[in-house]
Amino acid sequence: MKNFDLKKFLADRSVPIMFIIICLVCIPLSGFSTSYLFNEIVTRVARNTFLILSLLIPIMAGMGLNFGMTLGAMAGEIALIFSSDWQIWGIPGVVLAMILSIPISILLGALCGTLLNMSRGREMITSYIISFFINGIYQLVVLYMMGPIIPILHESIKLPRGYGIRNTVSLLNLRQCIDNLISVNILGVKIPVLSFIIIIALCLFIVWFTKTKLGQDMRAVGQNMEVARAAGINVDRTRVLSIIISTVLAGFGMILYLQNMGNIATYSSHSQIGMFCIAALLVGGASVDKASIGNVFLGVILFHLMFIVAPRAGTVITGDSMIGEYFRVFISYGVITLALVMYEAKKHKKKKMKDGGDNEE
Amino acid sequence: MSNNVLEMKNIKKSYYGTTVLHDINLSLKEGEIVGLVGENGAGKSTLMNILFGDEVIASTGGYEGEILIDGKVENIGSSFDALNLGIGMVHQEFSLIPGFTATENILFNREPSKKSSISSIFGDRLDTLDRKKMKDIADSAIDKVGVKINDSMLVANMPVGHKQFTEIAREISKDNLKVLILDEPTAVLTEKEATTLLMSIKNLASRGIAIIFISHRLNEILDVCNRVVVIRDGFVVKDSDIKSITIDEITKCMIGREVGERKRDDRNFDGKGVIMSIKNLYVDMPGENVKGFNIDIYDGEILGIGGLAGQGKLGIPNGIMGLYDAEGDVEYKGKKLDITKPICTLEEDIAFVSEDRRGVGLLLDESLEWNVSFLTMQVKNKFLKKILGGLISYRDNDEIKKVTDHYIEALNIKCTGTKQKARELSGGNQQKVCLAKAFAMAPKFLFVSEPTRGIDVGAKALVLDALKGYNVKHGTTVVMVSSEIEELRQICDRIAIVSDGKVAGIYKASEPVEKFGALMIGAGV
Repeated sequence: MKNFDLKKFLADRSVPIMFIIICLVCIPLSGFSTSYLFNEIVTRVARNTFLILSLLIPIMAGMGLNFGMTLGAMAGEIALIFSSDWQIWGIPGVVLAMILSIPISILLGALCGTLLNMSRGREMITSYIISFFINGIYQLVVLYMMGPIIPILHESIKLPRGYGIRNTVSLLNLRQCIDNLISVNILGVKIPVLSFIIIIALCLFIVWFTKTKLGQDMRAVGQNMEVARAAGINVDRTRVLSIIISTVLAGFGMILYLQNMGNIATYSSHSQIGMFCIAALLVGGASVDKASIGNVFLGVILFHLMFIVAPRAGTVITGDSMIGEYFRVFISYGVITLALVMYEAKKHKKKKMKDGGDNEE
Repeated sequence: MSNNVLEMKNIKKSYYGTTVLHDINLSLKEGEIVGLVGENGAGKSTLMNILFGDEVIASTGGYEGEILIDGKVENIGSSFDALNLGIGMVHQEFSLIPGFTATENILFNREPSKKSSISSIFGDRLDTLDRKKMKDIADSAIDKVGVKINDSMLVANMPVGHKQFTEIAREISKDNLKVLILDEPTAVLTEKEATTLLMSIKNLASRGIAIIFISHRLNEILDVCNRVVVIRDGFVVKDSDIKSITIDEITKCMIGREVGERKRDDRNFDGKGVIMSIKNLYVDMPGENVKGFNIDIYDGEILGIGGLAGQGKLGIPNGIMGLYDAEGDVEYKGKKLDITKPICTLEEDIAFVSEDRRGVGLLLDESLEWNVSFLTMQVKNKFLKKILGGLISYRDNDEIKKVTDHYIEALNIKCTGTKQKARELSGGNQQKVCLAKAFAMAPKFLFVSEPTRGIDVGAKALVLDALKGYNVKHGTTVVMVSSEIEELRQICDRIAIVSDGKVAGIYKASEPVEKFGALMIGAGV
């Protein structure tokens, strides 16, 4: 019996275990020092965790992995463009950007949520395509409307032709302002305490949220929409709210991410972010219908550890750094595919078991 | 009649042009238990859906007639109206959230909550749940039901009976509950659970709640109800005090004709050839494992396979038809049969009517025509017109319609026409469509699995007659798997009892029922 449990325990966690093995193999190959690795990991955890946490609430509401978080990321970028255009730097700049991002995120989230309600059961692929669609609108706004229609004061962020935003917007003046505000150095590892406080606050918010009426409703809607509707819950509205909350959080997350990076790649920062966040969450052992805060932390650590060590390990083995770069992109798409397939297979198996069980009666 | 809690007057309802309810009058007094019986498709479910304000009713044009609650005419347009009026319903399919505990389900969407500074700004939905109060309310509701349910157990982990009790507890935890509808609450319960449930129903009634109790088990009705109402074809055909009626009378009212013991002549197949020989069959079907099943099936006979649930009788046809992993030697007409792929068996003219009619048997969202013909079209290339020397073939819709019409008439399928969707039919009629699908293939060999499960007495007789008739007319060998030994004895020539995945014994169907009973419980070995 104990043996069986162990097998099940391992099978349920096959993705994280696979990653632990990859990392264990790559770490010695890469030859990085422990303090370097710790520094990198701490920086990346502080940078990415908020974004990944924004994925949890839609999963709770049964809407799967929200590729639509990219929308929030775009909202965060637009807000940062404004705050840097108005030359409001440092922490006030970050706070202003967050406030500015809220209405944009709510608008985009409501749109996305409404569309997802129309394509029930296909939320993931729909949200993925919506992110491409909104990316088009984002480009229209940023590339053509910023300047002639939306006033942009500073030439430094405008394209030389006089309108549209440059490929890169420098955030040098608010770079790591949150990370550095309260930071401690422990054994050569720089720990951005304030960033972690913000992340912990978000975790507490999520825990609190699950205890509210709305959180309870979302869990119910996630498990059985029909029953929830019959009990008088406004299912559509609840689902839209979950996407809005996720989008707003993703907006905040993107702003924190970019303040750490120190610049906005105007046309590409957001394009991969949804993919990487979802891959990290899945690496942490989450599935399409179940994800916890623990999955987020495990995932962000393992995924980024692999990101750090794999290219170097690839370089060491093959002598070509491109191989390593190729390897990490390949792995992240592979993980998503694997996790989705495994989820479907498991669901199918469960269903078959259940049908068989019913026949007993 | 002044203290009627509920009165339904001249209720009429039609769906898609067919009148389902013609003129229903039903009244309920405080604390009264009324048994509502009728064949499947008689209109019980529709009537209850009206009373509970189901979406289906409003979306198909509402109902006619009056519903009076406490003497006041009320219009029930949605289930919220029904809930507000104090009508509660325990559905046949559980409407519980699997990942919630009993407590969470009982108080679902009525959770007591605590205000916080955040919720006063952003609205009530951000109140935090008051877990302690929830537990108290749930516990007291469970107490009223009179059973022990673990209030913090997830519904997904509960035995079926506890799910049912959780639903009842949810309904009675509502303060304004006046009328409780129980739609076949005992159908999924074990005998012991059913007894407990009946006790708690009586208990609830004594607290003044009026109860509508729907069941196919007539002795339960006699046991627990004060009054019985029989519905047939959309009319109330009987409304009688329980003391002045017997089971036979109720049955008679339900189907409108006498049901007698069906006698059949003993047929002897000992001299005839063996059409299928099964040796060492093993089937891996969860809950119905077959472990070394051996039998010779004679050409032209009706073989019954009986046995208790979970002993493997369902695994036999499912394994041979290739729906579950199986191994063993199956010889059909002297040739070895590949039982790993459904198409191989089907091409040998072996048809299967599955016990899972909604899952495996039917294309629920397709028309009856499609349901009857698709398998035949697929396997035997029938119903196809060929042009250009067979290069292109297309469906012969006229032929399909003709065949479907034929079976609608032959099997007395109640529907609006061949274009109706299978989902819209009642359970018994869906079963008949499954039979029609199998018959349309003109099989030489037919497996029928639990053909009468969940369908009422009248439809049962029709299905059994159809099977027997088909066997006699076409000489098709029929293997029927059923848990009801009486129905096997009605139409079969021989009956094999399966115990622990193996044959426990084979007797002629004319042997007394006790002999089969002994085999089932293992005493006959």
